[in-house]
Amino acid sequence: MAAVATCGTGAGSTGSMVAAGSKNNVTSFQRRGPRASGSDSSYSRLVSIAGTRPSVRNGQLLVSTGLPALDQLLGGGLAVGTVLLIEEDKYNIYSSLLFKYFLAEGIINGHTLLVASAKEDPADILQELPAPLLDDNVKKDFDEDACNHKTAESNIKMKIAWRYQLLPKMEAGPVSSSRFGHYYDASKKMPQELIEASKWHGFFFPEKSSSTLNIEPCSLTHGYIKLLQFIQNTIYEEGFDGSNPQKKQKNILRIGIQNLGSPLWGDDICCTENGNSHSLTKFLYVLRGLLRTSLSACMITMPTHLIQNKAIISRVTNLSDTVVGLESFIGSERETNPLYKDYHGLIHIRQIPRLNNLIYDVSDVKDLAFKLKRKLFTIEYITKLTSYGMQGQKYLLSGHLHRKLAINRSHYFKELKILKKIY
Amino acid sequence: MFPELNNLLNTTPDRAEQGKLTLLCDANTDGSFLVHHFLSFYLKANCKVCFVALIQSFSHYNIVGQKLGVSLTVARECGQLVFLEGLKSSVDVFFRAQAEPHPLQFLREANAENLQPLYEFVREALKPVDDGDAAWRCPVLLVDDLSVLLSLGMGAVAVLDFIHYCRATVCWERKGNIVALVHDSGDTEEEENNILLNGLSHQSHLILRAEGLATGFCRDVHGQLRILWRTPSQPTTQRDRSLTYQYKIQDKSVSFFAKGMSPAVL
Repeated sequence: MAAVATCGTGAGSTGSMVAAGSKNNVTSFQRRGPRASGSDSSYSRLVSIAGTRPSVRNGQLLVSTGLPALDQLLGGGLAVGTVLLIEEDKYNIYSSLLFKYFLAEGIINGHTLLVASAKEDPADILQELPAPLLDDNVKKDFDEDACNHKTAESNIKMKIAWRYQLLPKMEAGPVSSSRFGHYYDASKKMPQELIEASKWHGFFFPEKSSSTLNIEPCSLTHGYIKLLQFIQNTIYEEGFDGSNPQKKQKNILRIGIQNLGSPLWGDDICCTENGNSHSLTKFLYVLRGLLRTSLSACMITMPTHLIQNKAIISRVTNLSDTVVGLESFIGSERETNPLYKDYHGLIHIRQIPRLNNLIYDVSDVKDLAFKLKRKLFTIEYITKLTSYGMQGQKYLLSGHLHRKLAINRSHYFKELKILKKIY
Repeated sequence: MFPELNNLLNTTPDRAEQGKLTLLCDANTDGSFLVHHFLSFYLKANCKVCFVALIQSFSHYNIVGQKLGVSLTVARECGQLVFLEGLKSSVDVFFRAQAEPHPLQFLREANAENLQPLYEFVREALKPVDDGDAAWRCPVLLVDDLSVLLSLGMGAVAVLDFIHYCRATVCWERKGNIVALVHDSGDTEEEENNILLNGLSHQSHLILRAEGLATGFCRDVHGQLRILWRTPSQPTTQRDRSLTYQYKIQDKSVSFFAKGMSPAVL
């Protein structure tokens, strides 16, 4: 058994960790590299799962979130076995779009989907998924953008703010044949045959709420208990936790949970301050345990702006692995702010996990904005500098740009760097 | 373990102190590197370690431990390490009724009063073995982290009681050490966490507090570490000794330097 062999090699081995027991540990937290024990076959099977790739930093298995720009900001992608929490924007427009991108990516890669919602029927959600962009269309769009920005950039010579020329410009990565992330056209729908060919499980809470519980009530709301049972059953029956070793091809389970914490799930943390304050956090903890012991990745969207008790938000953040917050400009004062006129909102990367490592990949830039431009959802980082004459506003920039530059008062710079990556 | 941190704390694995409670806390940053440090430190110091790992899986600690020079699988095999993997056990406890009391029993209960099953587990794990050959130095309890217990429905008083019982058994009776991590939420009004943090701060001999920089993110300086030595049992008129350093985390170690003396700046 692989477990015995690993223990025999001692502290110097860099092989994978295998559980010291009879059950083969199928978590994705296995190290890339030469194996000392005979688990090469299982490793090669893990790598060859469609739509995944090992992380550059620690060999962790990653899946794409559906947005290549977001993948790059998260250090390559979403790690299998972890939770990505999206803090919804105020009217739940862009977070539901990210949710659909996540599910669409799963269909394109052939992953199994588990869609849970208390608001919409999962079958309806799947009908609304965006269509993937084919390669030649994507290239045409990007060439157009590149032309537009080249003309803009050539006009702005950086005489005074010359340090900005050291900032990385648009990087065109190598285009690999087996695409990791895909681009989607938000104006078209996913073709019906692709949806029908995919394997998915839906959990629509109003339908399941009437069936009986076989776990005694333990301060979790009814909806959360049923959802956990459903997820655990799916993982167990489909063999994502390695319990069915005869399965010939391993696959990833993509779990998408929409509007978790909203009153539609039966939870009252969005309504009162002294509600059931442990239900959601207990749910997240047990979900984390389920994910760590199976080949699955989860995206949760949560209306954190509605949660009355702020302590819950920090607990939820600590219990999730990756946390991304969306802030849309609709209805806020920033909508009329000329600095943000090209964008639809800001995106905040609040937390990135350090998995199997002391360090993590974090981008230096913290000012990120997104926009939904024609068909594509793009994330760009904004570095803005205004003169002192503009209502006395001065912008402090992050990272190595910690200085205010005195510039010519008659004009202000606006510089856009595009973070689109074509893998 | 990080040699620079050992120098700052003035300890080595050979001369590890006994009977101490060390409190790790982090504010606006991730203080888990301190947990990895103490785990590898006590394993190298030949102590028997009971690790209650509630927030990450075994393989995570194992892979980082290998970078720091200890192998958790070997330690577990030969009995030096007793590892309670919270995430994996929680799935078992939650979905299947257990025959005997499980340390994470409170997950199934609506109003769990105390953490007694967890304390029993710790006491059992760190029981002195009358085996002449494998005599470990001193028992050590490591908890990562206590704030998760608050999220799972336990009150701050229940967690403080648990630590108190563990201190009585591990620190006083068996002359061992306890290391626990608590998150500090900063400005949010999280009363339970503040009660827990204040209560533990008054009981601990050594407080290591990792904070994010007040000026925000920086690539070369990841945070600031405050070290505070205390003597909780004897109130002294002298001020407790405290040091502040800034640090940068690298792949296999952490480098510490005085404030403003980052190598990137000099």
